[in-house]
Amino acid sequence: MKAFFKFFTNGLTTVFTGSVNYYLWLGLLFALMIGGAYGYSIQFREGLVATGMHDHVSWGIYISNFIFFVGVAAGGVMLVIPAYVMKDKDFTKVVLIGEGLAVAALVMALMFVLVDLGGVTRFWHMLPVIGYFHFPQSMLTWDVLVLNGYLVLNLAIPAYILHCHYHGREPNKKIYVPFVILSVFWAFGIHLVTAFLLVSVAANSFWSSGLLGPRFLASAFAAGPALIIIIFSIIRQTSSFKISDETINKLSMIVMFAAYANLIMLFSEIFKEFYWVSEHSAHARYLFFGLEGHHAVTPYMWAAVICNVVATLMISVQKLRENIAVLVPACLALFLSIWVEKGLGLVIPGFIPSQLGEIVEYLPTSVEILVTLGIIAFGLFTLTALLKVFIRVETGAISSKGGTEGLAAEMDAAIKKRFTA
Amino acid sequence: MKDDSKKKGAGCNSCNSSENCFADMALKKKGSRRGALAALFGGAATAAASSAIAAASTEDEKELKRIKRDEIFQKYYRTMTEEERAKTIARFERKSKVQYGVDAHIDGTHARPNTLFGYAFNISKCEGSRKCVDACVTENNQDRTSGMQYIKLFEMEDGIGSVHGGDTEYSHEVPVEGKYYLGTQCFHCENPPCTKACPTGATWSEPDGIVVVDYNWCIGCRYCEAACPYFARRFNWKEPEVPSDEINPYQHYLGNRMRSKGVMEKCTFCIQRTRQGKQPACAEACPTGARVFGNLLDPDSEIRWILENKKVFRLKEDLGTEPKFWYFTD
Repeated sequence: MKAFFKFFTNGLTTVFTGSVNYYLWLGLLFALMIGGAYGYSIQFREGLVATGMHDHVSWGIYISNFIFFVGVAAGGVMLVIPAYVMKDKDFTKVVLIGEGLAVAALVMALMFVLVDLGGVTRFWHMLPVIGYFHFPQSMLTWDVLVLNGYLVLNLAIPAYILHCHYHGREPNKKIYVPFVILSVFWAFGIHLVTAFLLVSVAANSFWSSGLLGPRFLASAFAAGPALIIIIFSIIRQTSSFKISDETINKLSMIVMFAAYANLIMLFSEIFKEFYWVSEHSAHARYLFFGLEGHHAVTPYMWAAVICNVVATLMISVQKLRENIAVLVPACLALFLSIWVEKGLGLVIPGFIPSQLGEIVEYLPTSVEILVTLGIIAFGLFTLTALLKVFIRVETGAISSKGGTEGLAAEMDAAIKKRFTA
Repeated sequence: MKDDSKKKGAGCNSCNSSENCFADMALKKKGSRRGALAALFGGAATAAASSAIAAASTEDEKELKRIKRDEIFQKYYRTMTEEERAKTIARFERKSKVQYGVDAHIDGTHARPNTLFGYAFNISKCEGSRKCVDACVTENNQDRTSGMQYIKLFEMEDGIGSVHGGDTEYSHEVPVEGKYYLGTQCFHCENPPCTKACPTGATWSEPDGIVVVDYNWCIGCRYCEAACPYFARRFNWKEPEVPSDEINPYQHYLGNRMRSKGVMEKCTFCIQRTRQGKQPACAEACPTGARVFGNLLDPDSEIRWILENKKVFRLKEDLGTEPKFWYFTD
């Protein structure tokens, strides 16, 4: 226990030690977090009227982001399967990065749900035992289970492995591998359940499609690994941690195939909506072409689709894919386009037109945007902190033997460097 | 309600100056700090009077805070014992007095045996006057500032059957030649998607078929609002406001009692009226007799006669929600 406490404090000091650029990065994140807290304080006082949502469009960018980040969390599993199940050496080295990303993404997803609640002080009503857990009828209770379960798994497995490495031991496979296998199934579970949250709304012709679950998985397995490639390139530039070209190549192949699957399903949906245009196609018509002069989402969706196709084409060409200077922007474009397509482009048009055919548009307010940025900043901070500790432990910069002294020396050096600069 | 306003009037007559009267009114009406402050900054009140007001006001403020704190830890209405329910209801009656100065009578009447409520709407008769909408808002203490309404009236072109082609925002003289009117509200489905979606069970079907919400158990996730195929649910995006003299004091815990921000609400077939054997406010207000409400289990009821003798239809029947709300023509 004591050893674990030391591991924890040692890690915490690491998080707040770094170069000038690192401090600038942390400063930016904290500024955004403070902005988010300010925005939320307004929303808490005034109610959800501070957002752009209303009875017609009753979910906005909070739930859109929630859905997207559950996908990012599930995407981390694309490192876990090759590493633990196929025992790929390249992936074994970096698998913890995927799990760290899953933790950060889940933290964001859960926060997005909490800020979306009208009565956040009553959220305990949803918990088993002390509240009334409407299980198994309500899909939301399933989501509570799978998301928190996945969070625990992705915190516990890396913590155990890192803790062992920190003490210079090899982790015991018999202890952690069963949980890894469980987490693989769980990853599919979180995103399927989140898709079913929408699919279960039988009255909504836009969401109630059997294809939505697989589509969610495909887009998650494209967006998650795409983000991991971006993170890899940042780690390679800012630390001595080695990530081989081979690892990135393999990962970019995963992104490519997932992006194909995602596009195939997207086009299948589009075909269904537009070959025979019925009253049920109104949501898709609103999304792609606007309805009766309302088209707030249309330009974003077209930009996303174009971005998605171009990025997928770029990743498809081997020469381009193997060039990191092309791969990283392509991954960024893919990530952003899926963010729009699956978040904004899926949740909001589901409400337009409303259940009885009325068209009322939705635009997020500045309060909503502040809160959203704040949560994303918190997620990025979580990710930064986890990766920082991971890299420090894995490169041997901190360990139970002499790690603290090494760290103290490094801090001294960092402070001196800043004062001389 | 009338008694209450009389009391206010009496208070006015006993005042020495108009300023004091205003302060007195403000206190009686809201008992809020803002009211007391407005009186203080009015300036003309004597120091003694104003401090007395401030003292009384903070007393009320404190009590309101205490009530609101108790509300946070309130249990789920369905799992409460009868004793706990009575205590909870007493607390809300006290809250109404302290917060709005209204002597509310909050009812906890259970569903009556052999009762299943249903509704029929005559699209030949409705002329779109929206009298039902106004009556509903007044009866059910809906937020006046956001314009919340449970009932929607669609003005439809003759020959068009889907509400997607209807207009709810019409502001011209009615009825219009070549148009007909179709009203929607909560249909109190026998198989409601909203109650299934709710993660906390805060909304459910009562034995008499009314779909209700425990406003203090709802966490405001709005999943039910997305799940409802008929756009029947309304959310309190802000703190609802109803002027004290417009508050309907005859309330039901599961019906028209005052709500707070961040919770869902909806039509309850006027549970506070219908469980006492009265008609819902909308049916009573309808000038054309287009609205028929009654007990589906009573073979002699008018609604049963309509279901047996008229050609009826329901909205989106294909979804299997089994609405207890039928449309018919003459």
